Amino acid sequence: MDVLITPFLSNSFMLQALIAGVLVSIACAIAGTFVILRGLAFIGDALAHGVLPGIAVAILAGFPGIIGAAIGATFMIGGITLITQRSRLSSDTAIGLLFIGMLSLGVVIVSRSSSFSGDLTRILFGEILGISIQSILIQLVATAVIITIAIVCARPFLLLSFDPEQAEVAGFSVRLYHNIMLFMIAITVVVSFQTVGTLLVFGLLIAPAGAGALLARRIEAMIAWAMLFGGLSMYIGLLISYHFNLAAGAAIILVAIVIFFLVFILQNIRNRRITLHQEVKHG
Amino acid sequence: MDNREKIATLLTGVTGVPVPTANDTIYIKAEHLNVGYANEVVVADISFELGPGKALALIGTNGSGKSTLLKTIVGLLPPMEGQLLVFGMPPGNNHTRIAYLGQFHHAGFVLPLRAIDVVRMGRFPLHGLWKRMSREDDEIVLSAMHTMGIEKLADSPLLSLSGGQQQRTYLAQVLAHQADLLVLDEPTSGLDAGGRELYLHAINDELCRGASVIMATHDIKEEAALCHQVMLLARRVVAIGAPNEVLTPDALLQTFGIVIGGEQKLQVLECLHGHDNLKGFEPKKEAH
Repeated sequence: MDVLITPFLSNSFMLQALIAGVLVSIACAIAGTFVILRGLAFIGDALAHGVLPGIAVAILAGFPGIIGAAIGATFMIGGITLITQRSRLSSDTAIGLLFIGMLSLGVVIVSRSSSFSGDLTRILFGEILGISIQSILIQLVATAVIITIAIVCARPFLLLSFDPEQAEVAGFSVRLYHNIMLFMIAITVVVSFQTVGTLLVFGLLIAPAGAGALLARRIEAMIAWAMLFGGLSMYIGLLISYHFNLAAGAAIILVAIVIFFLVFILQNIRNRRITLHQEVKHG
Repeated sequence: MDNREKIATLLTGVTGVPVPTANDTIYIKAEHLNVGYANEVVVADISFELGPGKALALIGTNGSGKSTLLKTIVGLLPPMEGQLLVFGMPPGNNHTRIAYLGQFHHAGFVLPLRAIDVVRMGRFPLHGLWKRMSREDDEIVLSAMHTMGIEKLADSPLLSLSGGQQQRTYLAQVLAHQADLLVLDEPTSGLDAGGRELYLHAINDELCRGASVIMATHDIKEEAALCHQVMLLARRVVAIGAPNEVLTPDALLQTFGIVIGGEQKLQVLECLHGHDNLKGFEPKKEAH
């Protein structure tokens, strides 16, 4: 038991990392569920990387990275919306261009910094083991906002995932609720980058919710599974990183991906058994 | 007895046409209406009226403008020219009174929903963001599922259902709304014989309740015969009127197009594409 609990009780940085990690998991479970249901994975990915130049400028100028990330995310969403509406290009082309552009801009800006590789590593992979109480509080507020949005917009979000035309005819503006959904994803990315980094936040957005989608029959259940898998990834990832002296952010995401594939494989085996069982019964 | 009466009698076992409510205001009023996408007019100069308890069938090939007109009526596309009033207002202002069944469903590869969750969505327009679903709502939802014969599938995941069962689920969603106007785009696509019968029953009940129905269909025999009015579309209004007046071989030929084969035989294109329902109305082939 010591191996499983003591690291968190005897080290405040481990406990803070776990608390921040669980909050991130809750936010990512909700946002990630809708990213998957609405097929917004590419936008999620682009947002996660598009915040890079914002953070880079913020770090160079000496103000909190989170403000730069928020500005970067706003620019990204605005750019995607503008290009999609004003041109005949499909949105993934627009997103792809902005995404690579923002990523390059971010790296170019960071390369001006004296501690180039250190800063870049922190931005890309996060610093969950050095998370401050202040960051946890911001994360707490953001998670509360995301939960509130998900509850208030439950019906339009469900209709939007089911069929946008139905949502519009039912009186829920597709444009409005789509933007609220993007806003929710953006908040998640912006506040999560400090924990697992911009490169890895996308994994936490997709992997637990993806595993949930394989198991759930209802959207509420999918979110609940995603929270459970996300929290579990945090806990196991932090333990592994502590005991084997490995990079924490990457360890967490690896665990999340492994959980996804375990669920995927177990479900395939189960489905095959059911099919075999039915064949035996009928055959 | 006209066709519609025959069908209604067949379905209900009661002779006579369903009696509309006393309120005979006009639900849809179109005058010289042009519908289309972006800058392209698909159908020009549409004029018709639809009152409570009445049904209108739109008949035409794919691309003839049926869906475009339906989308304009529910407010998904803006009217391009002319006047269109739905419940006395421009379209898109009466979410609580209109139920819409689109032609394509985006039920993606991952959408963890049970059949009953889909039908429950039919009640959302009446409840907005906040208002809680009551026991009465649950009863309406179950009754709609019963009408379409899928009450036993309530807890089944949507994606485990067959195409026909999914279509029944979408129709139950429309019925659960208890709307004043039902706008249905090819409502029987994918339905088996049993499903079609349940659907015809349900529409008859909706009309008796005083709701009006506008539907796009290929089925001239049953569905269109249930309607009081038929509009033939071929990127223009070929004809509009009572089914027995409008569904003439000549008008159908204009609607579905003709092809002159090697032996100079006239054939209805739509029949070639496998719309068997047209066979009864196929014009006589003339050989020279």
